[in-house]
Amino acid sequence: MMAAMASTEAAIEVRELRKSYGELEAVRGIEFSVSRGEIYGLLGPNGAGKTSTVEILEGYRERTSGHVSVLGFDPTDRPRELRARIGIVLQSSGIYNYATVAEAIAHFASFYPHPRDVDEVIGLTGLVEKRGDRARNLSGGQRRRLDLALALIGDPELIFLDEPTTGFDPAARHAAWQTIRSLRDLGKTVLLTTHYLDEAQELADRVAIIKGGRILAEGSPSELGVGAGSRYRVAYTDRDGAVSVVETDDPTSLLHELTGEALAQGERLRSLSVTRPSLEDVYLELTADA
Amino acid sequence: MPSNALALWRQYRFERRMFWRNRSAAFFNFLLPLIFLALFGAIVHGHQNELDVIVPGIAGMSVMSTTFTALAYNLTFMREQGILKRIRGTPLPSGVYLGGLALNAVTNTAIQIAIVVVAGRVFFNLGWPPQPLTLVVFVIAGVAAFALLGAALSHAIPSFESAPAVVNGVFVPVILISGVFFDVKHVPGFLRDIAQALPLEPLINGLTGGLVAGHGSIGHHLTALAVIGFWALVGVVLAVRGFSWEAHRA
Repeated sequence: MMAAMASTEAAIEVRELRKSYGELEAVRGIEFSVSRGEIYGLLGPNGAGKTSTVEILEGYRERTSGHVSVLGFDPTDRPRELRARIGIVLQSSGIYNYATVAEAIAHFASFYPHPRDVDEVIGLTGLVEKRGDRARNLSGGQRRRLDLALALIGDPELIFLDEPTTGFDPAARHAAWQTIRSLRDLGKTVLLTTHYLDEAQELADRVAIIKGGRILAEGSPSELGVGAGSRYRVAYTDRDGAVSVVETDDPTSLLHELTGEALAQGERLRSLSVTRPSLEDVYLELTADA
Repeated sequence: MPSNALALWRQYRFERRMFWRNRSAAFFNFLLPLIFLALFGAIVHGHQNELDVIVPGIAGMSVMSTTFTALAYNLTFMREQGILKRIRGTPLPSGVYLGGLALNAVTNTAIQIAIVVVAGRVFFNLGWPPQPLTLVVFVIAGVAAFALLGAALSHAIPSFESAPAVVNGVFVPVILISGVFFDVKHVPGFLRDIAQALPLEPLINGLTGGLVAGHGSIGHHLTALAVIGFWALVGVVLAVRGFSWEAHRA
Protein backbone atom coordinates (compact mmCIF):
# COMPACT_ATOMS: atom_id res chain seq x y z
CA MET A 1 0.00 0.00 0.00
CA MET A 2 1.13 3.49 -0.81
CA ALA A 3 -0.12 4.74 2.55
CA ALA A 4 2.45 2.53 4.24
CA MET A 5 5.15 4.54 2.50
CA ALA A 6 4.42 7.19 5.14
CA SER A 7 6.84 9.80 3.96
CA THR A 8 7.19 12.73 6.33
CA GLU A 9 7.25 15.09 3.39
CA ALA A 10 3.96 16.89 2.75
CA ALA A 11 1.90 15.82 -0.28
CA ILE A 12 1.49 19.45 -1.35
CA GLU A 13 3.56 22.51 -0.36
CA VAL A 14 2.58 25.96 -1.55
CA ARG A 15 4.48 29.09 -0.52
CA GLU A 16 3.98 32.67 -1.65
CA LEU A 17 2.14 31.51 -4.76
CA ARG A 18 1.16 34.23 -7.19
CA LYS A 19 -0.57 34.10 -10.56
CA SER A 20 -1.35 37.05 -12.79
CA TYR A 21 -3.29 37.14 -16.03
CA GLY A 22 -2.11 40.40 -17.53
CA GLU A 23 -3.31 43.09 -15.13
CA LEU A 24 -5.46 40.72 -13.12
CA GLU A 25 -3.82 39.17 -10.08
CA ALA A 26 -5.85 36.02 -9.53
CA VAL A 27 -3.64 34.48 -6.82
CA ARG A 28 -1.88 36.82 -4.39
CA GLY A 29 0.54 35.03 -2.14
CA ILE A 30 -1.23 31.83 -1.14
CA GLU A 31 0.46 29.46 1.33
CA PHE A 32 -0.68 26.10 2.57
CA SER A 33 0.48 22.55 2.90
CA VAL A 34 -1.40 19.28 2.72
CA SER A 35 -0.17 16.25 4.65
CA ARG A 36 -0.31 12.76 3.25
CA GLY A 37 -3.64 11.07 3.86
CA GLU A 38 -5.39 14.35 4.50
CA ILE A 39 -8.51 15.73 2.80
CA TYR A 40 -7.86 19.42 2.38
CA GLY A 41 -10.61 21.77 1.23
CA LEU A 42 -10.21 25.01 -0.68
CA LEU A 43 -13.43 26.88 -0.08
CA GLY A 44 -14.41 30.13 -1.69
CA PRO A 45 -16.79 31.91 -4.04
CA ASN A 46 -16.41 31.75 -7.81
CA GLY A 47 -13.44 33.74 -9.03
CA ALA A 48 -11.64 33.49 -5.68
CA GLY A 49 -8.52 31.96 -7.21
CA LYS A 50 -9.30 28.31 -6.33
CA THR A 51 -9.18 26.95 -9.84
CA SER A 52 -6.04 28.92 -10.75
CA THR A 53 -4.29 27.53 -7.67
CA VAL A 54 -5.38 23.96 -8.34
CA GLU A 55 -4.53 24.09 -12.05
CA ILE A 56 -1.01 25.25 -11.18
CA LEU A 57 -0.67 22.23 -8.88
CA GLU A 58 -2.06 19.94 -11.60
CA GLY A 59 0.46 21.24 -14.14
CA TYR A 60 -2.10 22.90 -16.43
CA ARG A 61 -0.90 26.44 -15.74
CA GLU A 62 2.40 28.08 -14.95
CA ARG A 63 2.72 30.16 -11.83
CA THR A 64 3.90 33.75 -11.96
CA SER A 65 6.02 33.33 -8.82
CA GLY A 66 6.31 31.37 -5.61
CA HIS A 67 7.22 27.83 -4.60
CA VAL A 68 5.10 24.78 -5.35
CA SER A 69 5.82 21.14 -4.67
CA VAL A 70 3.48 18.22 -5.43
CA LEU A 71 4.63 14.80 -4.16
CA GLY A 72 8.12 16.31 -4.23
CA PHE A 73 7.89 17.40 -7.88
CA ASP A 74 7.60 20.81 -9.48
CA PRO A 75 4.39 20.36 -11.50
CA THR A 76 5.36 23.03 -14.07
CA ASP A 77 7.32 20.59 -16.24
CA ARG A 78 4.50 18.01 -15.99
CA PRO A 79 6.88 15.11 -15.29
CA ARG A 80 5.35 11.84 -16.42
CA GLU A 81 6.14 10.16 -13.11
CA LEU A 82 4.10 12.79 -11.29
CA ARG A 83 1.18 12.41 -13.70
CA ALA A 84 1.25 8.67 -12.99
CA ARG A 85 0.85 9.33 -9.26
CA ILE A 86 -1.97 11.87 -9.28
CA GLY A 87 -5.62 11.68 -10.33
CA ILE A 88 -7.51 14.71 -11.57
CA VAL A 89 -11.25 15.32 -11.61
CA LEU A 90 -11.80 18.52 -13.56
CA GLN A 91 -14.86 20.72 -13.19
CA SER A 92 -16.15 19.59 -16.54
CA SER A 93 -14.50 17.42 -19.09
CA GLY A 94 -15.74 15.22 -21.86
CA ILE A 95 -15.32 11.52 -22.34
CA TYR A 96 -15.36 9.58 -25.59
CA ASN A 97 -19.11 9.53 -26.22
CA TYR A 98 -19.13 6.14 -27.87
CA ALA A 99 -17.03 4.34 -25.28
CA THR A 100 -18.77 2.25 -22.65
CA VAL A 101 -18.02 2.88 -18.98
CA ALA A 102 -15.91 -0.28 -18.72
CA GLU A 103 -14.03 0.42 -21.98
CA ALA A 104 -13.17 3.98 -21.01
CA ILE A 105 -11.90 2.89 -17.59
CA ALA A 106 -9.93 -0.04 -19.05
CA HIS A 107 -8.38 2.22 -21.70
CA PHE A 108 -7.31 4.78 -19.12
CA ALA A 109 -5.90 1.96 -16.99
CA SER A 110 -3.45 1.25 -19.82
CA PHE A 111 -1.87 4.71 -19.35
CA TYR A 112 -0.61 3.88 -15.85
CA PRO A 113 2.23 1.70 -14.58
CA HIS A 114 0.24 0.14 -11.70
CA PRO A 115 -3.47 0.58 -12.33
CA ARG A 116 -6.19 -0.61 -10.00
CA ASP A 117 -8.52 -3.38 -11.07
CA VAL A 118 -11.18 -2.07 -13.48
CA ASP A 119 -14.06 -3.92 -11.80
CA GLU A 120 -12.95 -2.77 -8.38
CA VAL A 121 -13.01 0.89 -9.50
CA ILE A 122 -16.40 0.38 -11.16
CA GLY A 123 -17.69 -0.95 -7.84
CA LEU A 124 -16.06 1.80 -5.79
CA THR A 125 -17.73 4.50 -7.90
CA GLY A 126 -21.13 2.79 -7.99
CA LEU A 127 -21.19 2.18 -11.74
CA VAL A 128 -21.75 -1.59 -11.71
CA GLU A 129 -25.15 -1.37 -13.40
CA LYS A 130 -23.84 1.11 -15.95
CA ARG A 131 -20.64 -0.68 -16.92
CA GLY A 132 -21.92 -1.58 -20.41
CA ASP A 133 -23.58 1.79 -21.08
CA ARG A 134 -22.03 4.32 -23.43
CA ALA A 135 -20.81 7.54 -21.88
CA ARG A 136 -23.22 9.62 -23.96
CA ASN A 137 -26.19 7.83 -22.37
CA LEU A 138 -25.16 8.51 -18.76
CA SER A 139 -26.90 11.05 -16.54
CA GLY A 140 -24.95 14.03 -15.22
CA GLY A 141 -24.32 12.36 -11.88
CA GLN A 142 -23.22 9.10 -13.52
CA ARG A 143 -20.81 10.99 -15.77
CA ARG A 144 -19.34 12.62 -12.68
CA ARG A 145 -18.83 9.19 -11.15
CA LEU A 146 -17.13 8.08 -14.35
CA ASP A 147 -14.89 11.17 -14.03
CA LEU A 148 -13.95 9.98 -10.57
CA ALA A 149 -13.41 6.41 -11.79
CA LEU A 150 -11.05 7.64 -14.54
CA ALA A 151 -9.12 9.63 -11.92
CA LEU A 152 -8.86 6.63 -9.58
CA ILE A 153 -7.95 3.91 -12.07
CA GLY A 154 -4.23 4.74 -11.96
CA ASP A 155 -4.22 4.18 -8.18
CA PRO A 156 -3.03 7.74 -7.50
CA GLU A 157 -1.58 8.84 -4.17
CA LEU A 158 -3.05 12.31 -4.56
CA ILE A 159 -6.42 13.19 -6.03
CA PHE A 160 -7.60 16.62 -7.13
CA LEU A 161 -11.35 17.08 -6.97
CA ASP A 162 -12.57 20.33 -8.49
CA GLU A 163 -16.20 21.02 -7.53
CA PRO A 164 -16.99 17.30 -7.51
CA THR A 165 -20.71 17.54 -6.73
CA THR A 166 -21.80 20.71 -8.54
CA GLY A 167 -25.19 20.08 -10.11
CA PHE A 168 -25.93 16.95 -8.06
CA ASP A 169 -29.26 16.23 -6.40
CA PRO A 170 -29.06 15.65 -2.61
CA ALA A 171 -29.05 11.85 -2.86
CA ALA A 172 -26.27 11.86 -5.45
CA ARG A 173 -24.24 14.28 -3.33
CA HIS A 174 -24.42 12.04 -0.31
CA ALA A 175 -23.41 9.05 -2.42
CA ALA A 176 -20.45 11.03 -3.81
CA TRP A 177 -19.41 12.10 -0.33
CA GLN A 178 -19.44 8.49 0.76
CA THR A 179 -17.12 7.64 -2.12
CA ILE A 180 -14.78 10.52 -1.27
CA ARG A 181 -14.66 9.42 2.37
CA SER A 182 -13.72 5.96 1.18
CA LEU A 183 -10.67 7.52 -0.51
CA ARG A 184 -9.45 8.51 2.93
CA ASP A 185 -9.81 4.90 4.05
CA LEU A 186 -7.63 3.92 1.09
CA GLY A 187 -4.95 6.27 2.44
CA LYS A 188 -5.28 8.80 -0.38
CA THR A 189 -4.57 12.49 -0.11
CA VAL A 190 -7.33 14.67 -1.53
CA LEU A 191 -7.32 18.33 -2.49
CA LEU A 192 -10.95 19.34 -2.77
CA THR A 193 -12.21 22.65 -4.11
CA THR A 194 -15.80 23.54 -3.46
CA HIS A 195 -18.09 26.46 -2.97
CA TYR A 196 -20.41 24.36 -0.85
CA LEU A 197 -19.86 24.87 2.86
CA ASP A 198 -21.58 21.68 3.88
CA GLU A 199 -19.33 19.76 1.53
CA ALA A 200 -16.19 21.19 3.11
CA GLN A 201 -17.60 20.59 6.58
CA GLU A 202 -18.57 16.99 5.77
CA LEU A 203 -15.39 15.93 4.03
CA ALA A 204 -12.38 18.06 4.79
CA ASP A 205 -9.92 17.56 7.64
CA ARG A 206 -8.78 21.13 7.11
CA VAL A 207 -10.23 24.00 5.13
CA ALA A 208 -8.75 27.17 3.69
CA ILE A 209 -11.23 29.93 2.92
CA ILE A 210 -10.07 31.79 -0.18
CA LYS A 211 -11.25 35.08 -1.55
CA GLY A 212 -9.65 37.58 -3.87
CA GLY A 213 -6.61 35.34 -4.36
CA ARG A 214 -5.77 35.18 -0.65
CA ILE A 215 -6.37 32.72 2.15
CA LEU A 216 -8.57 34.46 4.71
CA ALA A 217 -8.71 31.66 7.28
CA GLU A 218 -7.44 28.13 7.64
CA GLY A 219 -8.14 25.29 10.05
CA SER A 220 -10.36 22.31 10.71
CA PRO A 221 -14.04 23.02 10.05
CA SER A 222 -14.78 23.00 13.79
CA GLU A 223 -11.74 25.16 14.67
CA LEU A 224 -12.76 27.72 12.06
CA GLY A 225 -16.15 27.92 13.72
CA VAL A 226 -14.67 28.78 17.13
CA GLY A 227 -11.50 30.42 15.95
CA ALA A 228 -10.05 33.58 17.36
CA GLY A 229 -12.22 36.62 16.90
CA SER A 230 -15.37 34.65 16.31
CA ARG A 231 -18.05 35.30 18.80
CA TYR A 232 -20.70 33.50 20.75
CA ARG A 233 -24.28 34.41 20.15
CA VAL A 234 -26.69 34.46 23.09
CA ALA A 235 -30.40 34.71 22.24
CA TYR A 236 -33.47 34.80 24.51
CA THR A 237 -37.03 36.06 24.57
CA ASP A 238 -37.58 38.83 27.12
CA ARG A 239 -40.74 39.48 29.14
CA ASP A 240 -42.28 41.64 26.40
CA GLY A 241 -41.94 38.71 24.00
CA ALA A 242 -39.19 40.42 21.98
CA VAL A 243 -36.23 38.31 20.84
CA SER A 244 -32.90 39.67 21.97
CA VAL A 245 -29.62 38.57 20.39
CA VAL A 246 -26.33 39.52 22.01
CA GLU A 247 -22.91 38.69 20.62
CA THR A 248 -20.04 38.31 22.99
CA ASP A 249 -16.53 36.98 23.30
CA ASP A 250 -17.23 36.07 26.92
CA PRO A 251 -20.49 34.16 27.20
CA THR A 252 -19.84 33.14 30.82
CA SER A 253 -20.11 36.59 32.33
CA LEU A 254 -22.91 37.62 29.98
CA LEU A 255 -24.96 34.62 31.01
CA HIS A 256 -24.22 35.26 34.68
CA GLU A 257 -25.43 38.80 34.31
CA LEU A 258 -28.56 37.89 32.34
CA THR A 259 -29.61 35.03 34.56
CA GLY A 260 -28.82 36.96 37.73
CA GLU A 261 -31.01 39.80 36.61
CA ALA A 262 -33.84 37.50 35.61
CA LEU A 263 -33.73 35.63 38.91
CA ALA A 264 -33.71 38.87 40.91
CA GLN A 265 -36.84 39.97 39.12
CA GLY A 266 -38.48 36.56 39.38
CA GLU A 267 -38.62 36.14 35.63
CA ARG A 268 -37.63 33.39 33.26
CA LEU A 269 -35.46 33.80 30.21
CA ARG A 270 -37.49 31.92 27.64
CA SER A 271 -35.90 30.30 24.59
CA LEU A 272 -32.40 30.95 25.93
CA SER A 273 -29.71 29.64 23.60
CA VAL A 274 -25.96 29.97 23.27
CA THR A 275 -24.54 29.17 19.84
CA ARG A 276 -21.10 29.21 18.36
CA PRO A 277 -20.85 30.49 14.83
CA SER A 278 -20.92 27.71 12.27
CA LEU A 279 -18.42 27.42 9.45
CA GLU A 280 -21.11 29.00 7.35
CA ASP A 281 -21.24 32.11 9.55
CA VAL A 282 -17.45 32.42 9.42
CA TYR A 283 -17.45 31.94 5.69
CA LEU A 284 -20.19 34.48 5.05
CA GLU A 285 -18.52 36.99 7.36
CA LEU A 286 -15.10 36.52 5.73
CA THR A 287 -16.27 36.50 2.16
CA ALA A 288 -18.82 39.30 2.48
CA ASP A 289 -17.95 42.26 0.33
CA ALA A 290 -16.62 45.04 2.50
CA MET B 1 4.97 2.57 -17.74
CA PRO B 2 3.94 0.99 -21.04
CA SER B 3 6.32 1.60 -23.93
CA ASN B 4 5.41 4.39 -26.31
CA ALA B 5 5.00 2.03 -29.25
CA LEU B 6 2.56 -0.13 -27.31
CA ALA B 7 0.71 2.94 -26.02
CA LEU B 8 0.46 4.29 -29.57
CA TRP B 9 -0.95 1.00 -30.81
CA ARG B 10 -3.52 0.91 -28.01
CA GLN B 11 -4.54 4.51 -28.62
CA TYR B 12 -4.88 3.81 -32.34
CA ARG B 13 -7.02 0.73 -31.71
CA PHE B 14 -9.20 2.69 -29.30
CA GLU B 15 -9.68 5.53 -31.81
CA ARG B 16 -10.57 3.00 -34.53
CA ARG B 17 -13.14 1.33 -32.32
CA MET B 18 -14.70 4.68 -31.45
CA PHE B 19 -14.72 5.68 -35.12
CA TRP B 20 -16.73 2.63 -36.13
CA ARG B 21 -19.13 3.10 -33.18
CA ASN B 22 -20.45 6.31 -34.70
CA ARG B 23 -22.03 4.32 -37.51
CA SER B 24 -23.70 7.07 -39.48
CA ALA B 25 -20.49 9.13 -39.55
CA ALA B 26 -18.40 6.11 -40.56
CA PHE B 27 -20.91 5.10 -43.23
CA PHE B 28 -21.05 8.50 -44.91
CA ASN B 29 -17.31 8.90 -44.61
CA PHE B 30 -16.87 6.02 -47.03
CA LEU B 31 -20.03 6.55 -48.99
CA LEU B 32 -19.20 10.12 -49.98
CA PRO B 33 -16.38 9.37 -52.47
CA LEU B 34 -18.48 6.53 -53.89
CA ILE B 35 -21.45 8.86 -54.40
CA PHE B 36 -19.26 11.39 -56.16
CA LEU B 37 -17.68 8.70 -58.32
CA ALA B 38 -21.08 7.30 -59.25
CA LEU B 39 -22.57 10.72 -60.02
CA PHE B 40 -19.70 12.02 -62.08
CA GLY B 41 -19.17 8.66 -63.68
CA ALA B 42 -22.77 8.86 -64.91
CA ILE B 43 -22.47 12.50 -65.98
CA VAL B 44 -19.30 12.07 -68.04
CA HIS B 45 -20.08 8.51 -69.11
CA GLY B 46 -18.16 7.52 -72.20
CA HIS B 47 -15.70 10.43 -72.06
CA GLN B 48 -12.51 8.79 -70.89
CA ASN B 49 -10.55 12.06 -70.80
CA GLU B 50 -13.11 13.44 -68.30
CA LEU B 51 -12.97 10.26 -66.24
CA ASP B 52 -9.20 10.59 -66.17
CA VAL B 53 -9.72 13.95 -64.43
CA ILE B 54 -12.53 12.97 -62.07
CA VAL B 55 -10.95 9.88 -60.52
CA PRO B 56 -7.70 11.51 -59.32
CA GLY B 57 -9.73 14.59 -58.38
CA ILE B 58 -11.91 12.55 -56.07
CA ALA B 59 -8.83 10.78 -54.71
CA GLY B 60 -7.39 14.21 -53.82
CA MET B 61 -10.64 15.29 -52.25
CA SER B 62 -10.66 12.08 -50.20
CA VAL B 63 -7.18 12.82 -48.84
CA MET B 64 -8.30 16.31 -47.86
CA SER B 65 -11.61 15.29 -46.27
CA THR B 66 -10.18 12.39 -44.24
CA THR B 67 -7.32 14.44 -42.82
CA PHE B 68 -7.87 18.19 -43.02
CA THR B 69 -11.64 18.24 -42.50
CA ALA B 70 -11.75 15.33 -40.07
CA LEU B 71 -8.92 16.57 -37.83
CA ALA B 72 -10.15 20.18 -37.80
CA TYR B 73 -13.56 18.91 -36.61
CA ASN B 74 -12.30 16.28 -34.20
CA LEU B 75 -9.66 18.40 -32.52
CA THR B 76 -12.12 21.27 -32.10
CA PHE B 77 -14.73 18.90 -30.66
CA MET B 78 -12.30 17.25 -28.25
CA ARG B 79 -10.85 20.55 -27.15
CA GLU B 80 -14.29 22.07 -26.53
CA GLN B 81 -15.47 18.93 -24.71
CA GLY B 82 -12.41 18.91 -22.47
CA ILE B 83 -11.23 15.50 -23.70
CA LEU B 84 -7.83 16.92 -24.65
CA LYS B 85 -7.43 18.49 -21.21
CA ARG B 86 -8.39 15.27 -19.47
CA ILE B 87 -5.89 13.25 -21.51
CA ARG B 88 -3.22 15.84 -20.77
CA GLY B 89 -3.64 15.15 -17.05
CA THR B 90 -2.75 11.46 -17.49
CA PRO B 91 0.73 9.96 -18.00
CA LEU B 92 -0.06 9.21 -21.66
CA PRO B 93 2.55 11.23 -23.61
CA SER B 94 0.96 13.97 -25.72
CA GLY B 95 2.78 12.83 -28.85
CA VAL B 96 1.45 9.29 -28.47
CA TYR B 97 -2.09 10.57 -28.09
CA LEU B 98 -1.91 12.89 -31.10
CA GLY B 99 -0.16 10.15 -33.07
CA GLY B 100 -3.12 7.85 -32.38
CA LEU B 101 -5.52 10.50 -33.70
CA ALA B 102 -3.38 11.03 -36.81
CA LEU B 103 -3.05 7.29 -37.55
CA ASN B 104 -6.81 6.95 -37.25
CA ALA B 105 -7.26 9.66 -39.88
CA VAL B 106 -4.60 8.15 -42.13
CA THR B 107 -6.34 4.77 -41.98
CA ASN B 108 -9.48 6.40 -43.36
CA THR B 109 -7.41 8.00 -46.12
CA ALA B 110 -5.94 4.63 -47.07
CA ILE B 111 -9.37 2.98 -47.18
CA GLN B 112 -10.81 5.77 -49.34
CA ILE B 113 -7.88 5.72 -51.75
CA ALA B 114 -8.29 1.97 -52.05
CA ILE B 115 -12.01 2.47 -52.84
CA VAL B 116 -11.16 5.02 -55.53
CA VAL B 117 -8.45 2.83 -57.07
CA VAL B 118 -10.74 -0.20 -57.21
CA ALA B 119 -13.60 1.86 -58.63
CA GLY B 120 -11.23 3.32 -61.22
CA ARG B 121 -10.21 -0.18 -62.26
CA VAL B 122 -13.67 -1.76 -62.21
CA PHE B 123 -15.93 1.04 -63.46
CA PHE B 124 -13.83 3.70 -65.16
CA ASN B 125 -11.34 1.85 -67.37
CA LEU B 126 -8.32 3.29 -65.58
CA GLY B 127 -6.64 -0.03 -64.97
CA TRP B 128 -4.49 -0.55 -61.89
CA PRO B 129 -2.35 2.49 -61.01
CA PRO B 130 0.41 2.73 -63.63
CA GLN B 131 2.77 4.56 -61.24
CA PRO B 132 2.15 3.09 -57.78
CA LEU B 133 5.25 4.79 -56.32
CA THR B 134 4.00 8.23 -57.44
CA LEU B 135 0.60 7.44 -55.96
CA VAL B 136 2.05 6.40 -52.59
CA VAL B 137 4.47 9.33 -52.36
CA PHE B 138 1.77 11.87 -53.12
CA VAL B 139 -0.76 10.30 -50.77
CA ILE B 140 1.82 10.41 -47.97
CA ALA B 141 2.80 14.01 -48.75
CA GLY B 142 -0.85 15.05 -49.03
CA VAL B 143 -1.76 13.35 -45.76
CA ALA B 144 1.09 15.06 -43.93
CA ALA B 145 0.29 18.52 -45.28
CA PHE B 146 -3.48 18.31 -44.86
CA ALA B 147 -3.38 16.67 -41.43
CA LEU B 148 -1.09 19.41 -40.10
CA LEU B 149 -3.16 22.16 -41.74
CA GLY B 150 -6.32 20.64 -40.27
CA ALA B 151 -4.77 20.65 -36.78
CA ALA B 152 -3.67 24.26 -37.36
CA LEU B 153 -7.13 25.31 -38.54
CA SER B 154 -8.75 23.80 -35.42
CA HIS B 155 -6.92 26.40 -33.31
CA ALA B 156 -8.59 29.17 -35.29
CA ILE B 157 -12.10 27.75 -34.77
CA PRO B 158 -13.63 29.51 -31.78
CA SER B 159 -16.32 26.94 -30.93
CA PHE B 160 -17.64 23.60 -32.13
CA GLU B 161 -20.83 25.30 -33.34
CA SER B 162 -18.80 27.37 -35.78
CA ALA B 163 -16.65 24.44 -36.96
CA PRO B 164 -18.82 23.38 -39.96
CA ALA B 165 -18.94 26.94 -41.29
CA VAL B 166 -15.19 27.51 -40.93
CA VAL B 167 -14.14 24.10 -42.26
CA ASN B 168 -16.52 24.13 -45.22
CA GLY B 169 -15.63 27.75 -45.89
CA VAL B 170 -12.12 26.49 -46.64
CA PHE B 171 -12.87 23.01 -48.02
CA VAL B 172 -15.55 23.83 -50.60
CA PRO B 173 -13.79 26.72 -52.42
CA VAL B 174 -10.51 24.77 -52.46
CA ILE B 175 -12.06 21.64 -54.04
CA LEU B 176 -13.94 23.81 -56.56
CA ILE B 177 -10.90 25.68 -57.85
CA SER B 178 -8.44 22.78 -57.60
CA GLY B 179 -9.87 20.71 -60.42
CA VAL B 180 -11.61 17.95 -58.47
CA PHE B 181 -14.56 17.92 -60.85
CA PHE B 182 -13.06 19.35 -64.03
CA ASP B 183 -9.73 19.87 -65.66
CA VAL B 184 -7.96 22.78 -63.99
CA LYS B 185 -7.16 24.05 -67.52
CA HIS B 186 -10.75 25.32 -67.74
CA VAL B 187 -10.34 27.52 -64.64
CA PRO B 188 -9.68 31.26 -65.22
CA GLY B 189 -5.99 32.17 -65.03
CA PHE B 190 -5.89 33.98 -61.70
CA LEU B 191 -7.93 31.26 -59.97
CA ARG B 192 -5.64 28.63 -61.47
CA ASP B 193 -2.62 30.50 -60.07
CA ILE B 194 -4.21 30.50 -56.64
CA ALA B 195 -5.12 26.81 -56.94
CA GLN B 196 -1.59 25.90 -57.97
CA ALA B 197 -0.18 27.72 -54.95
CA LEU B 198 -2.51 25.79 -52.61
CA PRO B 199 -1.80 22.14 -51.78
CA LEU B 200 -4.81 20.37 -53.33
CA GLU B 201 -4.17 21.14 -57.01
CA PRO B 202 -0.54 19.90 -56.81
CA LEU B 203 -1.78 16.82 -54.95
CA ILE B 204 -4.30 16.03 -57.70
CA ASN B 205 -1.56 16.70 -60.24
CA GLY B 206 0.63 14.04 -58.61
CA LEU B 207 -2.25 11.61 -58.07
CA THR B 208 -3.10 11.92 -61.78
CA GLY B 209 0.44 10.78 -62.51
CA GLY B 210 -0.04 7.83 -60.15
CA LEU B 211 -3.52 6.80 -61.28
CA VAL B 212 -3.74 7.63 -64.98
CA ALA B 213 -1.38 6.21 -67.60
CA GLY B 214 0.66 8.65 -69.67
CA HIS B 215 1.03 11.45 -67.10
CA GLY B 216 4.64 10.85 -66.32
CA SER B 217 6.50 9.32 -63.42
CA ILE B 218 7.31 11.03 -60.14
CA GLY B 219 10.09 13.07 -61.77
CA HIS B 220 7.46 15.00 -63.75
CA HIS B 221 5.66 16.13 -60.61
CA LEU B 222 8.50 17.44 -58.46
CA THR B 223 7.22 21.04 -58.47
CA ALA B 224 3.86 19.82 -57.24
CA LEU B 225 5.61 17.79 -54.54
CA ALA B 226 7.59 20.86 -53.48
CA VAL B 227 4.41 22.95 -53.11
CA ILE B 228 2.85 20.24 -50.92
CA GLY B 229 6.06 20.07 -48.89
CA PHE B 230 5.96 23.82 -48.38
CA TRP B 231 2.39 23.58 -47.03
CA ALA B 232 3.42 20.74 -44.73
CA LEU B 233 6.07 23.04 -43.24
CA VAL B 234 3.53 25.84 -42.84
CA GLY B 235 1.23 23.29 -41.21
CA VAL B 236 3.90 22.17 -38.72
CA VAL B 237 4.63 25.71 -37.62
CA LEU B 238 0.98 26.75 -37.27
CA ALA B 239 -0.15 23.48 -35.67
CA VAL B 240 2.60 23.45 -33.06
CA ARG B 241 2.65 27.16 -32.27
CA GLY B 242 -1.09 27.48 -31.89
CA PHE B 243 -1.74 24.21 -30.13
CA SER B 244 -4.09 24.51 -27.20
CA TRP B 245 -5.24 21.69 -24.96
CA GLU B 246 -8.21 23.55 -23.61
CA ALA B 247 -11.02 25.75 -24.80
CA HIS B 248 -10.54 29.48 -24.33
CA ARG B 249 -13.56 30.77 -22.54
CA ALA B 250 -14.24 34.37 -21.74
